[in-house]
Amino acid sequence: MNYHWNWGILLEPSPDGQGTYLNMLLGGLRWTVLTSLAAWAVALVFGSLVGVMRTLPSWIAVHLGGAYIELFRNIPLLVQLFLWFFVIPELLPHDWGVWVKHLRYGAFYTAVVAIGLYMSARVATQVSAGINALPKGQSMAGTAIGLTPAQTYRYILLPMAYRIVLPPLTSEFLNTIKNTSVALTIGLMELTGAARSMQEFSFHVFEAFTAATVIYLALNAVVTIGMRALERALAVPGFNAAR
Amino acid sequence: MFSDFDFGVIWRALPYLFKEGMTFTLTLTAVATVGGVMLGTVIALLRLSSLPVLPKLAAGYVNVMRALPLVLVIFLFYFLMPYVGQWALRTSQPIQVGALSSTIITFTLFEAAYFAEIMRAGIQSIPHGQVAAGYAIGLTYRQVMSYVVLPQAFRNMLPVIFTQTIVLFQDTSLVYVLSITDFLGAASKVAQRDGRLTEMYLFAAAVYFLISFTASMLVKRLQARISIVR
Repeated sequence: MNYHWNWGILLEPSPDGQGTYLNMLLGGLRWTVLTSLAAWAVALVFGSLVGVMRTLPSWIAVHLGGAYIELFRNIPLLVQLFLWFFVIPELLPHDWGVWVKHLRYGAFYTAVVAIGLYMSARVATQVSAGINALPKGQSMAGTAIGLTPAQTYRYILLPMAYRIVLPPLTSEFLNTIKNTSVALTIGLMELTGAARSMQEFSFHVFEAFTAATVIYLALNAVVTIGMRALERALAVPGFNAAR
Repeated sequence: MFSDFDFGVIWRALPYLFKEGMTFTLTLTAVATVGGVMLGTVIALLRLSSLPVLPKLAAGYVNVMRALPLVLVIFLFYFLMPYVGQWALRTSQPIQVGALSSTIITFTLFEAAYFAEIMRAGIQSIPHGQVAAGYAIGLTYRQVMSYVVLPQAFRNMLPVIFTQTIVLFQDTSLVYVLSITDFLGAASKVAQRDGRLTEMYLFAAAVYFLISFTASMLVKRLQARISIVR
């Protein structure tokens, strides 16, 4: 291969006026981290609500939850992102649509909503699986000592269910981080987008994408190690969550 | 809101959307699935083998691929392939690789990492006694794998392989970043040309949903049918 490697390019000033190309990539990393954390918060809230719905005794709740999961699982993320970015503002009342289109960090908010809801369907599947993995006696015991259904979920079922599904949730969080790269299509300058524009400005394709690859691998390692520590910290003695 | 929703736009675009777009999407899905499963099986076998170095290499490949976003890999391979081609064919200039062949190779290599994990689980689900029995009646490694282990591993994992294929089908929409006319790319081109984003993107979402949903229902039925009662 006669490609001219020049790692010094990372320290040369970039045309966006923010400093060097390395700064540009790190700025991309910042957006990736911000977007994935915010999207993950959305995914956890909606995913938990829908996951709980799937385990309620009500027939309607179970099927509504099921429909939600199927809807968000069976449409590609990129299409969902386009729907939120291009279509939803058109369907809103005119003034709201204009307001949404002129939001300062519009691409960021859209990405958070789209990726968050997309991932929430996967979180919901895990949460309901976690609740169903608990022995039936636990919710019965909750009822027997006089807890309301809401209290049973809050104090008995959910604390154990989350511990059981922590490992699969870790990989869903890693998927959330990877999925933020799709947001470059609506103009979010996250890590992949930053690498892409560094390549366009500097023509140093492989330095740009190799650096981005290394940063993604490092991010992945940090999250994996962090979540292992969280699992250990939250483990209940005598209860093996990883049965 | 929906008052000026124009079905005519969709109707007129149908031949283009399906003949150009959907054909590409389905071809890419099929080729990448078949190629990915074959390459994935080889990677899984390497990973589970007792050869020197190779199991580590296979594991490293799978872990790195699975840690990277597909969009990044699409870009990286798109730019990398001309140089790899130049090195492999010993030409003086980087060779020309079309976006089409580039995406097919990228998806096959990328999905192989995911299929490798599926096949590894499948191979490990076969009781070790069967392998031992195979060796005991004098079969070679190749025979044990191709007549005893892999057929059962493949059968056990069939629903998971199909589920991954549905994911792959949805992921093909990401070739949009290389401006390829897959189904979403075709819908997006019509949408921009006619200024009809609402109609085209809603229609694209509906089509993707119908196909993925139907396929996942079929996978569920398959799973119920082929599961072996133990």
